[in-house]
Amino acid sequence: MQPFKPVLLEAVGVPDGQTIASYRSRGGYEPLEQVLKQKQPVDVVEMVKASGLRGRGGAGFSTGLKWTFLPKDHPGPIYLCINADESEPGTFNNRILMEDDPHQVIEGIILSAYATRASTAYIYLRYEYPQSWQRLQTAIDEAYAAGYLGKNIKGSSFSLDIYLHRGAAAYICGEETGLIESLEGKRAWPRIKPPFPAIEGLFRKPTVVNNIETMACVAQIARRGVDWFRSIGVPADPNNPRDPGSYGPKLYCLSGHVERPGCYETPLGITARQLIDEFGGGVWKGRKAKAVIPGGISMGLMTEAELDTPLDFAGPGKVGCLGLGTAAVVVIDETVSIVDFLHNSCRFFAHESCGQCTPCREGTSWSLRMLERIKAGKGRLRDLDLLAEIGNTMGMMPGSTICGLADGAAWPIKNAIKKFRGEFEDYIKQTNPQGWMVTDPVPALQIVGSH
Amino acid sequence: MPTVIVDGKEIEIGADERLNCIEAARRAGAEIPHYCWHPGLSVVASCRMCLVETGTRDAATGKISMMPKLVPACQTPAKDGTVIVTESQLVKDSRARVEEALLIDHPIDCPICDKAGECLLQDYHFQHGQSERRADLHAFTSRRRDVGPTVTLFVDRCIMCTRCVRFTREVSGTSELMVTSRGAKEEIDVFPGHPLDNKLSGNVVDLCPVGALGDKDFLYQQRVWFMKREANVCGGCSAGCSIHTEHNQDTIYRLKPRENPHVNTWWICDEGRYGWHHIHDAARLVGAGRRANLSTDRSTPLEAVEWADVVPRLRTDLKAAGRLAVAISPMLTVEEAWMLCAVARSIDPQAFLAVGHVPRTGDDETFPGGFTIRAEKCPNRLGVEGVVALFDPSVPSWSQLVEHVRSGHADAAWITGAYPAAWIDDDTAAAFADLKCLVVQDLFDSPLSALATWRLPAAGFAERAGTWVNVAHRAQTFEQAVRPPAGVWPEGRLYWNMLGRRGLYDPTAVRRQVAESSATFAALAGEIPATGVDLRIHQLA
Ligand SMILES: Cc1cc2nc3c(=O)[nH]c(=O)nc-3n(C[C@H](O)[C@H](O)[C@H](O)COP(=O)(O)O)c2cc1C
Ligand code: SF4
Ligand code: SF4
Ligand code: SF4
Ligand code: FES
Repeated sequence: MQPFKPVLLEAVGVPDGQTIASYRSRGGYEPLEQVLKQKQPVDVVEMVKASGLRGRGGAGFSTGLKWTFLPKDHPGPIYLCINADESEPGTFNNRILMEDDPHQVIEGIILSAYATRASTAYIYLRYEYPQSWQRLQTAIDEAYAAGYLGKNIKGSSFSLDIYLHRGAAAYICGEETGLIESLEGKRAWPRIKPPFPAIEGLFRKPTVVNNIETMACVAQIARRGVDWFRSIGVPADPNNPRDPGSYGPKLYCLSGHVERPGCYETPLGITARQLIDEFGGGVWKGRKAKAVIPGGISMGLMTEAELDTPLDFAGPGKVGCLGLGTAAVVVIDETVSIVDFLHNSCRFFAHESCGQCTPCREGTSWSLRMLERIKAGKGRLRDLDLLAEIGNTMGMMPGSTICGLADGAAWPIKNAIKKFRGEFEDYIKQTNPQGWMVTDPVPALQIVGSH
Repeated sequence: MPTVIVDGKEIEIGADERLNCIEAARRAGAEIPHYCWHPGLSVVASCRMCLVETGTRDAATGKISMMPKLVPACQTPAKDGTVIVTESQLVKDSRARVEEALLIDHPIDCPICDKAGECLLQDYHFQHGQSERRADLHAFTSRRRDVGPTVTLFVDRCIMCTRCVRFTREVSGTSELMVTSRGAKEEIDVFPGHPLDNKLSGNVVDLCPVGALGDKDFLYQQRVWFMKREANVCGGCSAGCSIHTEHNQDTIYRLKPRENPHVNTWWICDEGRYGWHHIHDAARLVGAGRRANLSTDRSTPLEAVEWADVVPRLRTDLKAAGRLAVAISPMLTVEEAWMLCAVARSIDPQAFLAVGHVPRTGDDETFPGGFTIRAEKCPNRLGVEGVVALFDPSVPSWSQLVEHVRSGHADAAWITGAYPAAWIDDDTAAAFADLKCLVVQDLFDSPLSALATWRLPAAGFAERAGTWVNVAHRAQTFEQAVRPPAGVWPEGRLYWNMLGRRGLYDPTAVRRQVAESSATFAALAGEIPATGVDLRIHQLA
């Protein structure tokens, strides 16, 4: 593979790269001015559609297509919400974009607002990012001062205000309708769909929710063109009419047991092994990987044998993972107990379940209790069947929940049990020689709070 | 007409009807279990008890294509060609799992829970649950949280359906209840310093599918399976909400709203709900009493009169006194009012007939969900006015009657009350002091009954049978729920006997007679549906 020169991350390491002056010196905001002069909103939608850009927030939905779901000739207001809640464990690419190159994000937002005819955009920022908050706010102020935000931007008839909203630290606020509820000042309980946000979203008005990295991609598509974007990544599978391909550069967040963790930009489709070896310097301390999370903990687990899977939108699904997710690759080395991994995962989701849907609320908490008990040396083989059943029945995919958090909670469970069942069985038999075969209910342990 | 296919059975629904799959399936006789959905609240589709398989039948080819995953029946509209499968293995397994999940943390303390016997968690568990517990055995917990003056919360029994929360947001508009914490640690609570305290608060107890919300007025008073219920109408105000009176051995234990789309939908107010206690008040008047020689001297004691003797002696006394004025209380039924007028005119053909005192407090109060509590605190002003109009088209009011008596146009008066609370002051009562004969028929003693030469007891709302006409001209007919205390003849029984009619008092016979003799009440001729009839519509027709 020829070396790829970072585009989305071009400002990283540039002194004062976060300033508007630096951004403009790199060609920033020029495309926006051209678009405002020469293009209609629908042209921008067509451009993004043609680029094949798929959302970087986790679901990988085609960005241009999502914009076309907005009602035509709507009297407004239409809202654009930018999802910067970035709470998927292992994920930190939005943060780097917001801190090191906030204007790239803001230009992308302005272009997207123009395309969607939104005159108000909200950035929903997770609470734990004070640096992003400051840098974004400074950048927004700079953009106003330079006439890229506010009334009649650069003499056009287009006006836009951006509001930066800080969340209160909850994973569920990243789910797009949870985000909308939270922005409205309510408890972030995801909404039932339909109606989808494009029809009835924020304040019951048509709304688009997009991720920060998606915005940065929009800015780069406007600057470098559709052909450039489509020249990168994995083209659509001609034998699968439903595969829209995986085009463009992608920010992979590599963490866990590697020598050089970090956020790396490569074309979509790099394999996990390449990422770990070529960018991450290999698994740390010369060890082997036991398992790798392909795109945030919600996506499940790949085994060492599955590491040659390309990390494009279609790849992880082929080895039983939920998907590419946020492309946050977490390496788990051979010394780690998979029981510990699953315990940690279950604890996260039990803590973050919003609690609306019975199967998610109770399933996440039940699975945590079983893992707590297994770890306390009181596991039973039967628990593995129960865990697998929870993993197979909880989520939007089987239809038992409102949002995808439950699928994200289910996938690590079912992947871990399916791919590492032997390790679980050994652990249980060794730690509970007297009781591993019991099938009757056993007394619950006192649960230690997960906070 | 749109056709929906429920478990293979085709049913037609109205072209403009917007039904969800629960409602459509019910039409076909299939009950889809559900917790969070309630027809009077917004749809949240969160409990996931109502999951079913659905599909669509192609109108042209008849080919059925099914959705690969389960969907909530509450959230899924039933349209032409919608296929609903309510009993597949997938559906059954899913229900069993939801039941199992809800019981993981539940204390399962049915033996000491007020809801046992009418609890959805209990019922659904028997119908849809699994016999074996698979989750770890849970230590028993029972935390009780006072959420307001009328309602208490058994925190651990809650299944988080959020019906109660939505009620306070959408119907009462008071928003006291909320959800705190996340995940399985979630609980219902109130905001500090803002207890659940609104005029509709008791409804959250009815809405609660389990025993989490308890009604302090009813808590531990009676096991639900001991009670019988009678369809009644609330006498609290002129809204005339449809209710069930729940009772055991002539003792009322609680009132519940009875669904009526034309009147109260699913709700009643707290004033109505808790407004039955006067029925069992020890201070109620019982037995008929007559002051010796009809003396107007209040120190002369009342002598007890057997009911059989009341009938002839009352007539004789009133006839002897001369010009008669009668107040027909808006607490009486149409049937009672009509008989009382007939009795009065049979004693004095010129008898002055007036509508009795109409109690009012404040103004009508409408809540965000549309429910209205009426300022007029009696159930049948329109019905009584309609009856009086048949005898005197000018329909004299209570104040006109007081004036009539005060200015010396009457020698005798018969005042009916049956008011649950104090209603007349000394000054007004004084107008009746010099009458030759004053009959007062009421629930409690009052400044007026103190002057009475005849003091008769009245029946309470659940003790009478007949018809009330509410503020919107809807006539609702109801049966007697409980017998009055010994020594009390309900008004209808006395008037029936005074009219010389034979056998037991038969309100239906009277109602038919009223309907035949008047256009106003023509709609009362036939069977009256449980939700009542609109008298105006039938007048137009
Ligand atoms: C539980 C949950 C958490 C999510 N968290 C995030 C998040 O932190 N950031 C994000 O961009 N998308 C998140 N998403 C995905 C969003 O719902 C949504 O699909 C995304 O913001 C759309 O943006 P995109 O089309 O640009 O990818 C989450 C989804 C779920 C189900
Ligand atoms: S799936 Fe879980 S997180 Fe999502 S809405 Fe339901 S309970 Fe909340
Ligand atoms: S208290 Fe009752 S009505 Fe309220 S959420 Fe809990 S179960 Fe539902
Ligand atoms: S609104 Fe009136 S009729 Fe309805 S319950 Fe309350 S008092 Fe009774
Ligand atoms: S009744 Fe449908 S999900 Fe609760």
